[in-house]
Amino acid sequence: MISLDALRAREVRACARLMRWLDDGLPEARVLLKQLYPHAGKAWLVGITGNPGAGKSTLVDGLIQKFRTRGQTVAVVAVDPSSPFSRGAILGDRIRMQQHALDEGVFIRSFATRGHLGGLASTTADVVHALDAMGWDVILVETVGVGQDEVEIQNLAHTTLVVMAPGMGDEIQAIKAGILEIADVFVVNKADRDGADRTVRELQMMLELGSSVEEPEDGRGHESQARKDFAGPMRRLGPRGWRPRIVKTVGLTGEGLDGLVEAMLEHKKAYQEAMKDVDFKKALLRREFLEIFRRTLLQRGWSYLMHEDHIREIVEELFGGKTDPYTLAEQAVSALGRL
Amino acid sequence: MTEQRKLRILIAKPGLDGHDRGAKVVARSLRDAGMEVIYTGLHQTPEMIVATAIQEDVDAVGLSIMSGAHNVLMPAVVEGLRQKGGGDIVVFGGGIIPDDDIPRLREQGVHQIFTPGTSTENIVKWIRENIKPR
Repeated sequence: MISLDALRAREVRACARLMRWLDDGLPEARVLLKQLYPHAGKAWLVGITGNPGAGKSTLVDGLIQKFRTRGQTVAVVAVDPSSPFSRGAILGDRIRMQQHALDEGVFIRSFATRGHLGGLASTTADVVHALDAMGWDVILVETVGVGQDEVEIQNLAHTTLVVMAPGMGDEIQAIKAGILEIADVFVVNKADRDGADRTVRELQMMLELGSSVEEPEDGRGHESQARKDFAGPMRRLGPRGWRPRIVKTVGLTGEGLDGLVEAMLEHKKAYQEAMKDVDFKKALLRREFLEIFRRTLLQRGWSYLMHEDHIREIVEELFGGKTDPYTLAEQAVSALGRL
Repeated sequence: MTEQRKLRILIAKPGLDGHDRGAKVVARSLRDAGMEVIYTGLHQTPEMIVATAIQEDVDAVGLSIMSGAHNVLMPAVVEGLRQKGGGDIVVFGGGIIPDDDIPRLREQGVHQIFTPGTSTENIVKWIRENIKPR
């Protein structure tokens, strides 16, 4: 059993155990999430995403240091991919964060995606909410190394960093869709390498082009709204008028990290300002609820089909050719309401 | 999706030797067997390994030691885990370890020792039989 008091006191063992329960989808974890919810909402959630090899883990290591120096406690959620074949994973993000292994003001936890796409694990949002409620000041979420479409982090983080390194080919081209649009701060890491300034210039150009394209008013009625809410890409929810900052860093030496923290804090301030707007806040609550609703529905549906074994009858019916899968899917969904 | 228990194993290299090929091969075999492996790199102190094992809530810790310091380092990890409330985390080890040392290591709470020549299949099999997700 895990006590709420132990969690609120940030006892490592309890913390770690809850993370495991959440990751493994145990029903007990949900009970605790409900109890923790009223305590959440104080932490600053920072997402760190970018191409594989851009230096995300090393940067996280440096950021931990900076926030610790400012007297803040830091939790890190590091996500690595699961093998699609064996479903196993090697989680190696900690290798670069070892200097904080013995610091009790730092909690680092590695997660495997377990088949979830989007750059996070399916339970990352719950994990982050739980850490928030436990009272960690800053929560750094490092996504898997992403390409273009893995933008889920922006729905979770208050401030999103997109990290890239120069000299990785036509890097801006590669990230122009999706990931380029989610950055609050661009980090051109490994800036001691050739081409860093070019990367910065290309980013600036890309941003200037991008800002002239206004998002069209959504006049397509609520069905398309539902589609947007569920399937993404979501509209960006952030402080109005924020222009993404571009910062150069050298993760290994720590060069540029102060500038990065400064840019992050500027965004945090803008975000907190935006939070005073009732509509913004409601939009966040709406998004959070829809995400939890989607997962709850999926979980219920899965348990109805698999644990209660209704899938067997369904396959038999399909095999008998009596009806079509669309009708059966609708029937299964109606049956969920009675759970 | 819904409930899915997975074995989580920490593979760690305590001490000063820089030979991590064995640790990496084992980490990979465990991954290929469907486990989640946390790998922390070289030159870990027992304290760091204990802290990582607790934070990551692993089911077992595998220690790879080639330096000859196994008689000190392996019991130190077992004892550290016990002190930090992780006494239920299984510790096993591998590396260049003389047969004569093995009984004493076992007495001190190291559950199993794999010496050179052990197949990765055997390691996977032993883990599957002896370690369950907690």
